Amino acid sequence: MKVKLKIWRQPNARSKGKFVDYDLDDISPEMSFLEMLDALNTRLIQQGDDPVAYEHDCREGICGSCGLFINGRPHGPEREVATCQLHMRSFRDGDTIVVEPWRAKAFPVIKDLVVDRSAFEKIMDAGGFVSVDTGSAPEANTTPVKKQNAERAFDAGVCIGCGACVAACKNSSASLFVAAKISQLALLPQGKAEAQRRALNMVARMEELGFGSCTSTEACEVECPKSISLDHIARMNREYLRASFSEEKD
Amino acid sequence: MATLDAKIPEGPLKDKWTNYLNSMKLVSPANKKKLDVIVVGTGIAGSPAAATLAQLGYNVKVFCYQDSPRRAHSVAAQGGINASKNYRNDGDGVYRHFYDMIKGGDYRARESNVYRAAEVSNGIIDQLTAQGVPFAREYGGQITTRSFGGVQVSRTFYAQGQTGQQVLLGSYSALRRMIAKGKVQMYERRQMLELVIKDGHARGIIARNLLTGELERHTAHAVVLATGGYGTIYYLSTLGVTSSGSAAMIAYRNGAFFGNPSFIQIHPTCIPQLSDFQSKLTLMSESLRNDGRIWVPKEQGDKRNPNDIPEEERDYYLERRYPAFGNLVPRDVASRAAKERCDAGYGVGKTGQAVYLDFKHAIKEQGAKAIGSKYGNLFELYEKITGESPYETPMRIYPAGHYTMGGLWVDYELMTTIPGLFAIGEANFSDHGANRLGASSLMQGAGDGYFILPNTIGNYLSDKIKTSRLSTEEPEFEEAEKRVREKLEKLININGSQTAASFHKRLGKIMWDHCGMLRSEEGLKQARTEVRELKQEFWNDLQVPGTLSELNQELEKAVRVADFLDMSQLLIEDALNRHESCGGHFRQEYQTEAGEALRDDENYMYVAAWEYQGEDQMPRLHKEQLTFEFVEVKERTYK
Repeated sequence: MKVKLKIWRQPNARSKGKFVDYDLDDISPEMSFLEMLDALNTRLIQQGDDPVAYEHDCREGICGSCGLFINGRPHGPEREVATCQLHMRSFRDGDTIVVEPWRAKAFPVIKDLVVDRSAFEKIMDAGGFVSVDTGSAPEANTTPVKKQNAERAFDAGVCIGCGACVAACKNSSASLFVAAKISQLALLPQGKAEAQRRALNMVARMEELGFGSCTSTEACEVECPKSISLDHIARMNREYLRASFSEEKD
Repeated sequence: MATLDAKIPEGPLKDKWTNYLNSMKLVSPANKKKLDVIVVGTGIAGSPAAATLAQLGYNVKVFCYQDSPRRAHSVAAQGGINASKNYRNDGDGVYRHFYDMIKGGDYRARESNVYRAAEVSNGIIDQLTAQGVPFAREYGGQITTRSFGGVQVSRTFYAQGQTGQQVLLGSYSALRRMIAKGKVQMYERRQMLELVIKDGHARGIIARNLLTGELERHTAHAVVLATGGYGTIYYLSTLGVTSSGSAAMIAYRNGAFFGNPSFIQIHPTCIPQLSDFQSKLTLMSESLRNDGRIWVPKEQGDKRNPNDIPEEERDYYLERRYPAFGNLVPRDVASRAAKERCDAGYGVGKTGQAVYLDFKHAIKEQGAKAIGSKYGNLFELYEKITGESPYETPMRIYPAGHYTMGGLWVDYELMTTIPGLFAIGEANFSDHGANRLGASSLMQGAGDGYFILPNTIGNYLSDKIKTSRLSTEEPEFEEAEKRVREKLEKLININGSQTAASFHKRLGKIMWDHCGMLRSEEGLKQARTEVRELKQEFWNDLQVPGTLSELNQELEKAVRVADFLDMSQLLIEDALNRHESCGGHFRQEYQTEAGEALRDDENYMYVAAWEYQGEDQMPRLHKEQLTFEFVEVKERTYK
């Protein structure tokens, strides 16, 4: 099949970027989207041009490295997939495909389709953990955990940190990412002791880093490759409110 | 010459680790503050090691290749993590766990290390649970388990088919906590390109900043490599495409011995290769063999839809050949059996290079919902790639390169033959012998990282409290950086016509054909010649665009492929040297009448530890003789 690509090219953070057109005419529908980009890059290298920079690693939708904004949607047209799991069979012969990096103030472009997502790390540092040193844990079955809660915590815990929620949001809010971690740990007895300060600190850090606020458009849930539910944002808000009124907060 | 002393503690097997802990030297909290440790890699070994060392009070510097430590490929481990807690009351315990691993590894692992791995496994589950890892639970709130290949108990803890992700994120969060406290300095987007050695001791690294190309010098009192395995040597594998053997090769070239390099696990259940441009093979967790049944048609070349093939015309060949373990035989056995059927013309699918993994019976017995709750995400993953639903049509699977049992040779303290250089997790050779059992890679990595290395490294560092920080202006740093610069300049100035990936693809095919599931003297010798020629072609006709001082992903690939070429030569020599079959190393010349691996215990009951002798020179073989005091060495059978 043939496709026309419009790809965002930007040599580095300091220079201005622009769309560049590329025509590919020997694409197989079985190719993954990234394999299609590999084919383009092979051609560019052989022509002596600079290949398109993009991030990827596991190519099975779990590491969260790949994140491309394809035809106006994070990770492209299919639901519940990361870019690496998208296949060319999702496009039609002759399609024009627009490929951009994540667009968000908190995710500056590094080169072409590569952005800096280190703001997520800084949010994690504000409390995305249980403070337990190695060796001090009690026997694992000492504290029973309701099966439903363990499953809900898992459903939040599957976040791959790709940033699609931010890219999908008109406010560039990181609420779904932050809520997934707050909710996972709040659902488990192991995370309860720090639940309040975690909610307050992670939300504050998110705001400091230039992410917008949540206005419940639900775009993040639709575009999340792991279908993380908006319910977790509701739980985050409850945790945050409860913590705001608590006398125990520090 | 470095001597090969494994430093195994005295005493009965069950007391060795305790004896070690009781007698090791300690570093006082005040002195730990003066000691720097570099950890390279942030997977399920590196992250917990770094976090734990920082909690102990050392200054820790951590390096990872990706933009975040959370992206290390441990994240993709699926099925589970073993521990001998015996929650099921099914006769499990540390000794049985140890025995299963020793037997599973075909008697080619060190008893003392394996026992310790089993011994610390229970603490890992406790630690991860406390960190908020949502393991699967029963309605009563207790943690549940499932079975994996090569064992007859249920000791695998899991979180659906995403155990690696959940476990890694637990350790990653522990690491982030120490970063937030300022106890760990985190360096993302860095690749280690050289080791700095002074007076025979590892004292630092040269790392390339992947965004700017700048070469950085980092000093330390000890260096820990937690850099994973090198299964991507086959190009197509279940690993992340940036996984590499480069750090291990750097250590090897600097004098660290390489243990059993050719011991590579070929995983039996992966989605088969569908096309020529494919860049990656996807694993389907071994846990699926709890409920899925593997079969091929009894008739050669039967092209019917699998659902139209009646029961009596199906050959459930694993159940037929191995009635005691059935579909849950270990990976090496299952992979070879699949290859045997396909080579004999019974394979299915377009290419004939696949067998069926069928859930029809399980769905009938337990219902689609119960099966979905155990394997739902794996079924979806399969459907996303192939466009077929395993609820309706049997999966098609085929073996693929997966895990490397081989790695840097380490002693009981996980130290390589270079003092001060440690290797943990998949990067070392230690615990899995010639074949790894399922759900024991997360276990070994986490055990090394949380509980073993943080103790053993103290024994080494206790001598270093008066050693001051090595200045990065010292000639050792100067020379190491110069070597890196020269190598990178050489790569970028070849100005040839072929991409790094095209060389990798060709190398992968040579290695898969001749140093993969089936090896022979003839094939290996042919591969030796082909790799030598390919290596020459690489250094004459490689094309790397761009410059050294920017984000240059093609340069990164070229570095990896250059190392894989050297590594392939090492693997081939190791496979040629071992005139026997054991575990994943199967030599055509050495098999039983029934087609099983035929060991030669008299001549090959040793770890082959290879010492680098220079570019293209035959490496020197050192042998660590393995002795089995606590198990009887037998033919490994799963019948």
